[in-house]
Amino acid sequence: MERGPMKQGIPIEVSGLGKRFGQVTAVDELSFTVQPGVVTGFLGPNGAGKTTTLRMLLGLIRADRGTATFGGTPYARLERPLETVGAALDSSFHPGRTARDHLRVYATAAGVPSRRVDEVLEQVGMHDYARRRVGGYSLGMRQRLSLAYTLLGDPGVLVLDEPINGLDPEGIRWIRVFLQGLAREGRTVLISSHLLSEVQQTVDEVVIIAKGRLVKTGTLASLELDAAPRTIVDSPDRAALATALAAAGLTAAEGRSGFIVDEPDPGRVGHAAFVGGVELSALHRLKSGLEDSFLALVGEEGADAPAAAPADPPAARATPADEQSPPGTQPEASGSALETTGR
Amino acid sequence: MRALASEFLKVFTTRMWWLLALIMVAYLAFTAGGLGALFGFTIANPDAAAVAGASAPPVDGLALAPLVYSFATSTGYVFPVIIGTLAVTGEFRHRTLTSTFLADPRRTGVLGAKYLAQLPIGAGYGVVAFIATVGAGAGALAGFGLDTALGDPDTWALIGRGILAMALWAAIGVGLGSVIPNQVAAIVIVLAFTQFVEPLLRLAASVSDVTSQIGKFLPGAASDALVGQSFYSLASLGDASASLEWWQGGLVLLGLGLVLTAIGAATTWRRDVS
Repeated sequence: MERGPMKQGIPIEVSGLGKRFGQVTAVDELSFTVQPGVVTGFLGPNGAGKTTTLRMLLGLIRADRGTATFGGTPYARLERPLETVGAALDSSFHPGRTARDHLRVYATAAGVPSRRVDEVLEQVGMHDYARRRVGGYSLGMRQRLSLAYTLLGDPGVLVLDEPINGLDPEGIRWIRVFLQGLAREGRTVLISSHLLSEVQQTVDEVVIIAKGRLVKTGTLASLELDAAPRTIVDSPDRAALATALAAAGLTAAEGRSGFIVDEPDPGRVGHAAFVGGVELSALHRLKSGLEDSFLALVGEEGADAPAAAPADPPAARATPADEQSPPGTQPEASGSALETTGR
Repeated sequence: MRALASEFLKVFTTRMWWLLALIMVAYLAFTAGGLGALFGFTIANPDAAAVAGASAPPVDGLALAPLVYSFATSTGYVFPVIIGTLAVTGEFRHRTLTSTFLADPRRTGVLGAKYLAQLPIGAGYGVVAFIATVGAGAGALAGFGLDTALGDPDTWALIGRGILAMALWAAIGVGLGSVIPNQVAAIVIVLAFTQFVEPLLRLAASVSDVTSQIGKFLPGAASDALVGQSFYSLASLGDASASLEWWQGGLVLLGLGLVLTAIGAATTWRRDVS
């Protein structure tokens, strides 16, 4: 990438933001900060208020309460908007206009030099299609054109709504490297998604909202800690194992591939079996994945979700989810996902 | 200035502007040429025309040429209105307002740029429209040996005022589109009003002196007053002389465009874009 070495990233500051549509509260008392130099994931289920928040941040929707600024300046009052913030909200284009003309229109409006049009088309790998009308583009090409639009002014802040949606695996890998490169140059990068798994290999920080309220903000690794590790244990004689676990005072729930014990240390579970004289066929740690803790956070709507996740009895909620991916047969599955994210 | 340049680019980077211009030329050349030929035939062969049931036009030969040429505005004005309307409604229909307001968050300035950009674009449509009506109309008149009035400076003054009218009509389209952002609804209303409602209103208004004093303020009537000629003068029932001065007609069109655009700027244009 032939851009300047470091870029002046500006923090995104959202404070007490609120918006109602009729009787529906879309965003409520939302406050968070997005720092430069890292990729931040703005996560939440569909209808959580992500797009509404981003549109308020960009001055497209008027907030009822609170402020959303770029280093203290609201979008509408930025001196040179496209050269400060690059934003892509939906891949909407006039179908009869070519990609190049689309970019020319907005480069002209924002006072960006027209040579940037060809530069950004090159940057997103669209040069060969640039003179075709957008009407015939695939979703992936539209996503790239949206991204090209955000880069026109070489901005220090990027705000992308669901940029990975609709990309093929090759495209996902490409955008991941691309966004991380932009962040490494010192830019502020905020990307939204309704799927943690979609962005967990891309983002460093997360801001998670549900039903318009903030439920979690911090590093991706901190989300991992919220998930209580448990132990999987199985025996040819399950009745005897159940007795042994109960004797040791361990809470356990029976799943398809053994017992899920509410105890992070497999050693203590193994000891309980040894004391009871029970033969074991499996013993290992089960860490619920990031996705599980994410779902636990957004599923419980703010109330006391972060605290509730580890405190809940495993039998109540975790067991059905665990059974979908039998822990006994794939002990590494959840662990490897964590390793790749722990960059 | 950047906003203005961007609005010109928006119009000329899609195909609509020349498609509409092409349809307009075909329509106007057909109408002006056909009517020129019909008038020419009835004047040249009054007996045959009487047998066929057609009456000679109630205007003398001198006024005939400008009447034929003025079809450029009296029926052609719908085309600049449509191109002006599309400049606004297209942004809503294709959801490009997001990109537009991100590149330039000063919304009123963007709408103002659309208004200003449509004035020369409408004037361009006017030039093309008069090329069509003068070309086809003068050809037909000359074919019957009638005066084409092309040596008369009044004819060229009429054409100049006609081009001004077309410019103002395109700007009215911007105002209309900003008040009615739904593209289908806006186009239906433009067509229904210009092709059906207003002609009927003007005809009805011409019945009495009182109503014709009101009817002369109808936008189409104001436009005809600005241009100075229209076939409507043949079709009115009563007092056909009720007409604004040419400059008053121009002010009515200018005011209509500005008021509509101001209403749009204060309403739909300020709404949340989602």
